[in-house]
Amino acid sequence: MSDPILATHSLSRSFGALKATDNVSIDLRAGEIHAIIGPNGAGKSTLIQQISGVLAPDQGRIELLGEDITRLSTVTRARAGLGRTFQISALAMEDTVFENAMLGALGARGNPWSFWRAAKRDTALSETALAALEQVGLAEARDMRTADLSHGQRRQLEVAVALTLAPRAFLMDEPMAGLGASGSKQMTGFLDGLRAEAPILLVEHDMDAVFALADRISVLVYGQIIATGTVDDIRKDAAVRAAYLGEDL
Amino acid sequence: MIAERPLAVLVLTALLAVPLWALAVDEPFTITLATRAAILALAAVGLNIALGMGGLVSLGHAVFFGIGGYAMGILAYHAQTYTPLEIFGLSIEGTKSMPVIWLVATLVSALAAWGIGLLSLRTSGVYFIMITLAFGQMFYYFAISWSAYGGEDGLSIYVRNGFPGVNTLVPIQFFALCFALLCAALFLNARLQAAPFGLALNAARQVPARVETVGLNPVRLKLVAFVVSGAITGLAGALFADLNRFVSPTMFSWQLSGELIVLIVIGGVGRLMGPVIGACLFVTLEHWLGGITEFWHVFLGVILLLIVLFARGGLVGLLTGKEGPHV
Repeated sequence: MSDPILATHSLSRSFGALKATDNVSIDLRAGEIHAIIGPNGAGKSTLIQQISGVLAPDQGRIELLGEDITRLSTVTRARAGLGRTFQISALAMEDTVFENAMLGALGARGNPWSFWRAAKRDTALSETALAALEQVGLAEARDMRTADLSHGQRRQLEVAVALTLAPRAFLMDEPMAGLGASGSKQMTGFLDGLRAEAPILLVEHDMDAVFALADRISVLVYGQIIATGTVDDIRKDAAVRAAYLGEDL
Repeated sequence: MIAERPLAVLVLTALLAVPLWALAVDEPFTITLATRAAILALAAVGLNIALGMGGLVSLGHAVFFGIGGYAMGILAYHAQTYTPLEIFGLSIEGTKSMPVIWLVATLVSALAAWGIGLLSLRTSGVYFIMITLAFGQMFYYFAISWSAYGGEDGLSIYVRNGFPGVNTLVPIQFFALCFALLCAALFLNARLQAAPFGLALNAARQVPARVETVGLNPVRLKLVAFVVSGAITGLAGALFADLNRFVSPTMFSWQLSGELIVLIVIGGVGRLMGPVIGACLFVTLEHWLGGITEFWHVFLGVILLLIVLFARGGLVGLLTGKEGPHV
């Protein structure tokens, strides 16, 4: 088995007496989609905040490409190759779709200190931005104001910005959130193809999408991983059924 | 409705036409008013880079205006008294040369903005407003107690400083200098806004978390904006001191910081011509209404209220029919 791209080792984080993350060790291997599911309050958001660098863990380590990134800032983690998308779209709403993608391209370049030449005349920058927009199917909407986009388009743009960074691993926080059935299906198809570019650690509530996409699933309950396995393993697991899934699955 | 670019040409042409007309009909005081408007506009263009692009509500921008003013005052004072300026063990000659004074005013203001920004940008929102206000008050009271340079009474400079090839004592020529610097600052502002830096700063104002996630540091972007902003406002301070041939601690007063914000809000926050329109209106009201009643600020308050309630994009927003950025 090859080395994991992204891994956590015995990660723990408490808020007072509450163990929001309790000894969590998961890994993400090349080419896979690893889904993390769990009931509300299981600690999914806390876990994702620690991996992305918003929240420091009390104990444990996080590794990206074999390097310890536990103490690095969000900014440095992004530069090291971690591409994150947000549960609630975090986009510059007053700007155009293209400008949002340009921000990603600028981040990929890692140097925003250019004060004179117009950004849109910078062909290297706009090519990166446009390629990402084309990949998610938003090229037509490039000049629309982001605030005027539909919810589904915003989710697509959210992914497009992450794509401009050409990350080594994606960290996606509920990319299906708020999408209707057809939107969810479209996004599922897209993420399915994306795993070849970089593996995806996917936190998601939409079970249809998770079962359709995931190579492996980890189930998080009360801050602990109670099971990790393939879709079939998880469906069969008695503890998972009892804790979370309900008998009809 | 008018597009942004023709509006810029129109406003600047009007600002240029007024003193030329005043020259023709021999009304030198009107030229002084236009110069005052151009200088205040320059100070506000500086603030607008921090406020409009960076979303930094600085209630201490008078610090840079004052630093620019005192840079002029101190250098000119040593030149007119023929005493060298002793600082850090160095003995520096004073100067009456505007280009040198401008350079010093800009650099010292930029340095101060870097220091103040470094500390203030650890906070945001109301705390940022309060900490910049606190810095403003520190400088204000320091200037009051700085007896070497006039303390509370300020410093008078008897002859306006010189610029090669220009007779700065002629009002219209001094106006031309101020107007040229204003145009240069506006051009710089427009370039910054369109450049990759402006794009990133614009996003840092709206969604700092997103900017971090693409691997850029939003605080560093805002700090650079704050430094550029402070430097331009500092330059305006040096011109203002030269206009009045007088520097005093009131250049550091928080009221001045507030007035700069007010005139930007009236003109249009984050809009290229917002500060210019705001400053022209401010100076006009100050002169006309100020002649009628000393409580002319009441009218300014009414205008501000109307703008805030009914025209969030300021006058530029009204004229162009486009709402500006939200700060």
